[in-house]
Amino acid sequence: MISRSLTYRYWFARAFHVFCFVVAWTGVVILGILLFHVTREGIQWLDLQFLSDFPSRFPAKAGIRSALFGTLWLMGFTALFSVPIGIGSGLYLEEFTNKNRFSRFIDLNISNLAGVPSIVYGMLGLVIFVRWFGLEQSVLAGSLTMSLLILPVIIISTREALRSVPNTIRQAAFALGATRWQTTYAHVLPAALPGILTGIILALSRAIGETAPLVMIGALTYVAFTPEGPMDDFTALPIQIFNWASRPQQEFHELAAAGILVLLLVLLMMNSIAVYIRHRSEKRNL
Amino acid sequence: MNMIAHKKALPEKFLMDSKTMGKELSGKNKTENIVLQVKDVTICYSGTPAINNVSLTIPERRITAIIGPSGCGKSTLLRSFNRMNDFVPGATVEGQVLYRDIDLYGSNVDPVEVRRKIGMVFQKPNPFPKSIFQNVAWGPLINGFRKDINERVEKSLRAAALWDEVKDRLKDSAMALSGGQQQRLCIARALAMEPEIILMDEPCSALDPVSTARIEDLMYELKQQYTIVIVTHNMQQASRVSKFTAFFEAGKLVEFGKTKNIFTHPTNKRTEEYVTGRFG
Amino acid sequence: MFQRKWAKHWREEGIKAGLFLCATVSVLTTFAIVWILIREAGVFFQEVSVSEFLFGTQWTPLLEPRSFGVLPLVCGTFLIVAGTALIALPAGLATAIYLSEYASSRVRSILKPILEVLAGIPTVVYGYFALSFVTPLLRTVFSDVQIFNAASASIVVGIMVLSMVASLCDDTLRAVPASLRQGAYAVGATPVEVTLGVVIPSSLSGIMAAFVLALSRAIGETMAVTLAAGATPKMTMDPFVGIQTMTAYIVQVSLGDTPAGGIAYQTIFAVSALLFVITLIMNIVSSHLLRKFREVYE
Repeated sequence: MISRSLTYRYWFARAFHVFCFVVAWTGVVILGILLFHVTREGIQWLDLQFLSDFPSRFPAKAGIRSALFGTLWLMGFTALFSVPIGIGSGLYLEEFTNKNRFSRFIDLNISNLAGVPSIVYGMLGLVIFVRWFGLEQSVLAGSLTMSLLILPVIIISTREALRSVPNTIRQAAFALGATRWQTTYAHVLPAALPGILTGIILALSRAIGETAPLVMIGALTYVAFTPEGPMDDFTALPIQIFNWASRPQQEFHELAAAGILVLLLVLLMMNSIAVYIRHRSEKRNL
Repeated sequence: MNMIAHKKALPEKFLMDSKTMGKELSGKNKTENIVLQVKDVTICYSGTPAINNVSLTIPERRITAIIGPSGCGKSTLLRSFNRMNDFVPGATVEGQVLYRDIDLYGSNVDPVEVRRKIGMVFQKPNPFPKSIFQNVAWGPLINGFRKDINERVEKSLRAAALWDEVKDRLKDSAMALSGGQQQRLCIARALAMEPEIILMDEPCSALDPVSTARIEDLMYELKQQYTIVIVTHNMQQASRVSKFTAFFEAGKLVEFGKTKNIFTHPTNKRTEEYVTGRFG
Repeated sequence: MFQRKWAKHWREEGIKAGLFLCATVSVLTTFAIVWILIREAGVFFQEVSVSEFLFGTQWTPLLEPRSFGVLPLVCGTFLIVAGTALIALPAGLATAIYLSEYASSRVRSILKPILEVLAGIPTVVYGYFALSFVTPLLRTVFSDVQIFNAASASIVVGIMVLSMVASLCDDTLRAVPASLRQGAYAVGATPVEVTLGVVIPSSLSGIMAAFVLALSRAIGETMAVTLAAGATPKMTMDPFVGIQTMTAYIVQVSLGDTPAGGIAYQTIFAVSALLFVITLIMNIVSSHLLRKFREVYE
């Protein structure tokens, strides 16, 4: 009697283990299928001409030049706005204020902002930057919107990086008669920098794939020029992909796949940099 | 070294303020100069007292040891001497900590300036993750030192008995040094500020016996020029290096006097039990 | 001696003030979002009553006769969320159990980054994948699947949030102290009994927090559902027909040629406000659950 129920219990334990194993690796399989499908559909369109041509009604002539440049402009300005403000907020909350009611309020506020759907940021950008500031559908309007979107991500990762700096370093600096800022600037910030940089890259790689906010502020889907300044109209990679994917013709779907390949390659590059930074800082700390 | 510019004996009545002290310090014909005077100090963490109504005097250019069981408030008291307690949320200090005749907790005193004059060495060696040179040079540089920084670094490292070991690799990371070397580097870093007082918070508790012995030798050298206050768990260490010893228990000063007397014939029974190893 | 160096002091205070200003940006963002949604949705609610909006079952703001009942959009959204929940919650939890209870640290160090990639893929890519791979696949298996359908969108959104559920649940499960597991093993439990009988129950609030957060993400998801689920608001439970979610509707209007300022255009602010309120409530519930979990173990 006892041994039979024990046999059953072992069988169940084994089955559950196998179940979890299969489910966990299914995610990997799906990722493989996704990448394989996109590559199979898009690889034939992916050549230098695709990168250097502007979009076109004719699939054979269509390219992503304006989208690629638009994305680069957009990311450049997004980083310009979000990185200093994000790091500054993180420093203020972690180093320059005690846990009081105000800092708890900002805390709560940031974690809620991180959960606001990106399309709502698009509404914000539309009303404030596009209409009020009169920035129209410019690179500037797009990057300001994106900056607000990724700000919580940068703040949260900055704070985590700062928190991982041992307190003994701060004490050592204070004991030498350093001010808060001298301590932060010379010791805490450099020690936290790899973590902060990783967080920034991850935040930017989230921004680079964001489509909805750009659609909301009215980023154009057909742009036959590359932006030359922050006030120019622009399109971006995900917008172009969205545009192609929403057309019924098979050729445009394949163009979308080719665009996705480019987007994923950019993302891969950014993530490799993040991994490299993390790896290097781990090695240095040994 | 010109850091001890104004050494003048404090008037007799000043000494008599703390009754535990007076006789001990001015005994025979030797009068100690008082550099730090703790008057009726109570330190609370969120209302709970960690140090309770303590009065104490720290003589100049001597090593004073603070001993007592864990949690008796020794570190708390030590950290009040250079206002490191300011960083603990909810910590409050009542009473006076007088440096010469300036109250360190006075309204016009900037804690940052206090720490330039009163250095500190911590329990665990905590060099900055930078080069050996940068570790020592940083303190003077941020405080507007404009003279020959190389000379200052060398002088500090020599004073900390580390120069010969590191002179050929000043650009190497401080993290590559051994624990004992790191702690001496931290002492050199404190010396580079040319402080008058050095506070040491169990500086040898993370070190092996050989490194500990070197640090103790070093302290013996340093007391020629500096006032040293050391918190220690190690009774032998206290008896070896210090001239005066204060015994604390549960946030209260139980006994203070010459180390020799504390360890050979303490007046208080609890002190006797502690120094003979019966508790703590 | 020891007196304040005023130049130094004011530089320090200046820096502090600058950093403080940085921190206020996020507060201003929150206020701006709330204020804009209230103001613009207010314009809409001057013409359409709140109850008509919330309880009406016809959503035809762009066509005559106009009707402003948001329920079809809400229904579409929740159809997607239900499908997502069906896929992502059990699979995500099982993945987390595998990661925290079964996988060796080597396997973990391989599997976890791969799953993070799944979460890092842009949503527009998932939309494309749904449209060009999942839907055709569904159509070969089932006979009556429309080109645009809720099932396909649910599946890709499910894949997208799966990794998030797995990662958050993994953190939760690993926060359960090893002593609890050892205690259970000591009385002769098998691994599955330890997991299901001890670890999961004791981390339930953390797991629930992860679930709620993931579903709130699914509600706000935009591009995949816009591409794959269609643009026909209707109240249905049939996953194989086209529907429209709140987010997809907002995109449709802003891509179309609806003149700004009209009542039809203002609908997107009313829908956004509803979306914001729903996700906000879910986020608050989630962080409340997480706090409850942390109180027990930290």
